[in-house]
Amino acid sequence: MILDSKIPAGPLAEKWTKHKFNSKLVNPANKRKYDIIVVGTGLAGASAAASLAELGYNVKAFTFHDSPRRAHSIAAQGGINAAKNYQNDGDSVFRLFYDTIKGGDYRAREGNVYRLAEVSVKIIDQCVAQGVPFAREYGGLLANRSFGGAQVSRTFYARGQTGQQLLLGAYSALSRQVANGKVKLYPRSEMMDVVMIDGHARGIVTRNLITGAVETHAAHAVLLCTGGYGNVFFLSTNAMGCNVTAAWRAHKRGAYFANPCFTQIHPTCIPVSGDHQSKLTLMSESLRNDGRVWVPASKENSEKLRKGLIKVSDLKEEDRDYFLERKYPSFGNLVPRDVASRNAKEVCDDGRGVNETGEAVFLDFRDAIKRDSKAVIESKYGNLFDMYKQITGEDPYEGPMMIYPAVHYTMGGLWVDYNLMTTIPGLYCLGEANFSDHGANRLGASALMQGLADGYFVIPYTIGDYLAQTPPKKVDENHPEFAKVAQEVKNRVSQLLNINGKKTVDFFHKKLGKIMWNQCGMARTAEGLKQAKAEIKALKKDFWADVKVLGTNEELNLSLEKAHRVADFIELGELMIDDALNRNESCGGHFRVEYQTPEGEALRDDENYAYVAAWKYVGEDQEEELYKEPLEFENVKLTQRSYK
Amino acid sequence: MQLTLKIWRQKNASDKGGFATYPVNHVSKDMSFLEMLDVLNEELTEKGEDPVHFDHDCREGICGTCSLYINGKPHGPLQTTTCQLHMRSFNDGETITIEPWRAKAFPVLKDLVVDRGALDRIIQAGGYVNVNTGGVPDANEIPIPKTIAELAMDAAQCIGCGACVAACKNASAMLFTSAKVSQLALLPQGRVERKTRAEKMVAQMDSEGFGACTNTGACEAECPKGISITNIARMNREYFSAVISSDNL
Ligand SMILES: Cc1cc2nc3c(=O)[nH]c(=O)nc-3n(C[C@H](O)[C@H](O)[C@H](O)COP(=O)(O)OP(=O)(O)OC[C@H]3O[C@@H](n4cnc5c(N)ncnc54)[C@H](O)[C@@H]3O)c2cc1C
Ligand code: SF4
Ligand code: FES
Repeated sequence: MILDSKIPAGPLAEKWTKHKFNSKLVNPANKRKYDIIVVGTGLAGASAAASLAELGYNVKAFTFHDSPRRAHSIAAQGGINAAKNYQNDGDSVFRLFYDTIKGGDYRAREGNVYRLAEVSVKIIDQCVAQGVPFAREYGGLLANRSFGGAQVSRTFYARGQTGQQLLLGAYSALSRQVANGKVKLYPRSEMMDVVMIDGHARGIVTRNLITGAVETHAAHAVLLCTGGYGNVFFLSTNAMGCNVTAAWRAHKRGAYFANPCFTQIHPTCIPVSGDHQSKLTLMSESLRNDGRVWVPASKENSEKLRKGLIKVSDLKEEDRDYFLERKYPSFGNLVPRDVASRNAKEVCDDGRGVNETGEAVFLDFRDAIKRDSKAVIESKYGNLFDMYKQITGEDPYEGPMMIYPAVHYTMGGLWVDYNLMTTIPGLYCLGEANFSDHGANRLGASALMQGLADGYFVIPYTIGDYLAQTPPKKVDENHPEFAKVAQEVKNRVSQLLNINGKKTVDFFHKKLGKIMWNQCGMARTAEGLKQAKAEIKALKKDFWADVKVLGTNEELNLSLEKAHRVADFIELGELMIDDALNRNESCGGHFRVEYQTPEGEALRDDENYAYVAAWKYVGEDQEEELYKEPLEFENVKLTQRSYK
Repeated sequence: MQLTLKIWRQKNASDKGGFATYPVNHVSKDMSFLEMLDVLNEELTEKGEDPVHFDHDCREGICGTCSLYINGKPHGPLQTTTCQLHMRSFNDGETITIEPWRAKAFPVLKDLVVDRGALDRIIQAGGYVNVNTGGVPDANEIPIPKTIAELAMDAAQCIGCGACVAACKNASAMLFTSAKVSQLALLPQGRVERKTRAEKMVAQMDSEGFGACTNTGACEAECPKGISITNIARMNREYFSAVISSDNL
């Protein structure tokens, strides 16, 4: 199979307009004859479900949460980018496009990214119209800040709760369509598999999480908006429920998985405090606008600090190494996430970490408070400072915060073409779950933008092209495929319940997480990856022989829910390793120790690896097949990223 | 730390339910309350006993999924969410009682998990601005005074956890409902429909079986997001002016 990205021909700035014009339309009177399933109600899913229902399609929306408003998008703090250029500081659609391509280390498609930048401006208009209370200036107009590696102020925000406010906006649009009868909502329903008829996605099988009932749902198209898979690492900034199951099940039915090893490690998280830890908490990156990152210049001082022999205040200016400012004078503390994370790891590996475990660096507001006053800093970051204090018991107004990188976002995901369709006709993938726009590293405040772009402004156009070529006849739920897949789901449930092993599901999840973090985390080597692959294979065997899943199917059963998810994470973990091993270069969040510049920066190999790696599932315990989609750059010149 | 937990166990919605007592050892002060329950659940699972079911997701105090009525208070002793409560707020040797939210409109599904779908239905009744995707004006064409935007944001911060209902002796959902009504009534985008919105949302709230508000202020005192009861006063104004000059005739 040749991967056709379906990027329209023609000049970059005209591609999307042309494509919209060339896409087929569904006659307005016919729209109500089409059923669309949307799995996931985060930014991508809620915006898509609402917009499609507004157009007249019948939508069924599924979420494993008890309410659509709980989706993980709610937790996004910092903000959302848009090329509005309200600040008159030189921003433009082209600049946002350029920054995103460069930030992604030239591993994303030009056409997709340009479209993202182009529709970004409409997202802000839409959200404001819904009543999203973005931050404002005294004159009543919208406020912006600069965020995560951008040299212009293009980030819109709502205190430290931008994701919450955007999701509640999309949720309100969704709720309105529920009230209108155009969306039927299925909370606490987990999608377990995709149903295919004649090679097209025509429905899903779900498990009702309260009753255990395995149900089938038919439709003319299925949209997966199921979020990222960062929890493959066990510890991450993702919510506890985030998982890969929906995407993985689709993968096993024929949807290719692209760039699975591209994961983002976020530099500003609260460090791990002990074995009991269940998740890691992100401290918004906006803190890097005012906070300065440092460690002691000498190992001796770091050690004394760790042992409590000296206090932070004992360290004079010349004893401190503001390593980001030193190494990257023009970007300083605002270098992209992958660069900031790697440097933090480096100084800690060098023995200069500052907490008990040696895995933490300082993020210091002393100078900002001196310059701007405590009140100003409080008004910008008050809730984040409070959160830090609540979790660690320490007051960041008094002394510096401690931070360390943690898994945060997954750029990889199901392969989609320009229409957001996977390699399975009729199956679409939106939001963090797809691989599309961020290349090998995502810029801050761009995930919210992408989720809403996909849902509000891309899918409503592109899905029409497919549906217009699909007869509006109802999809028959009595087709034998539905019963067959439902039976397979039931079999898997009984298989898990009947293992009756000795080890808990969390035991396996933690073990997988350790393997992934150590060998497929911030620094990867061929040797380590090969070892990890063997360990994961063994872990999988052990899981299916010795996991303990209690209770029955016919009840709310948390360990059963988790067991399904962890089983899929284990398989995904192996594919991530394969992908990392295949990519003999360093780019963005993928850092292969063997491939670095003399200064220790990521060294790309554009000649051999300027492609999207899309993996095809071929069968249980078989090596997946690799398909390459070459990336063509006509509008930007590939350069070594430099933030010096 | 060593603790004794008295936890409400209930197999499903039709089960009567009752308290069970569990000792937990190996609790550190840095654990969050939910991590402490994770420890208990791992122990129970290893022994082959059904783990205690509770709702949670973000563990960052923002998704509103976690609940728990701890020692007679929703979300426990601090004015925060249960997931943001740490064991340093408790003493070694203490007995902690953990119950689900108790309200007619929040039926218990299992153990500590309740159904808060009624809150979604209140929003569905009118907690939105009637605009479709596309065709809206440029964002800066709607200037909004900073003070008003801030007030709207104060109200918009509600996480839909339901602690206000659990705290109220009448199990009233006024604080939750008023937060959304206020946010949209304050903003020009929402003003157009302010009358019908207040009427519809209040009607839905009543039909879900939430109680009346008698101004005891327990909701505000327990709300983890500091939603103020001035929102209730604002909603009452909206509601009464709507009823007097209703567009819903
Ligand atoms: C702490 C944190 C802070 C962040 N801050 C920012 C920021 O400031 N700016 C920014 O741009 N990005 C930020 N991000 C990233 C961004 O929030 C996410 O990438 C984005 O919100 C993902 O949205 P989504 O709609 O794709 O998925 P999600 O919001 O994760 O939604 C997934 C949905 O799918 C459902 N689901 C999943 N699997 C199934 C299944 N099998 N069956 C049924 N339903 C299912 C879930 O119930 C949920 O409704 C942050 C991320 C984190 C972790
Ligand atoms: S008003 Fe407060 S207590 Fe009530 S649901 Fe909202 S956040 Fe929770
Ligand atoms: S788990 Fe999300 S608010 Fe507590």
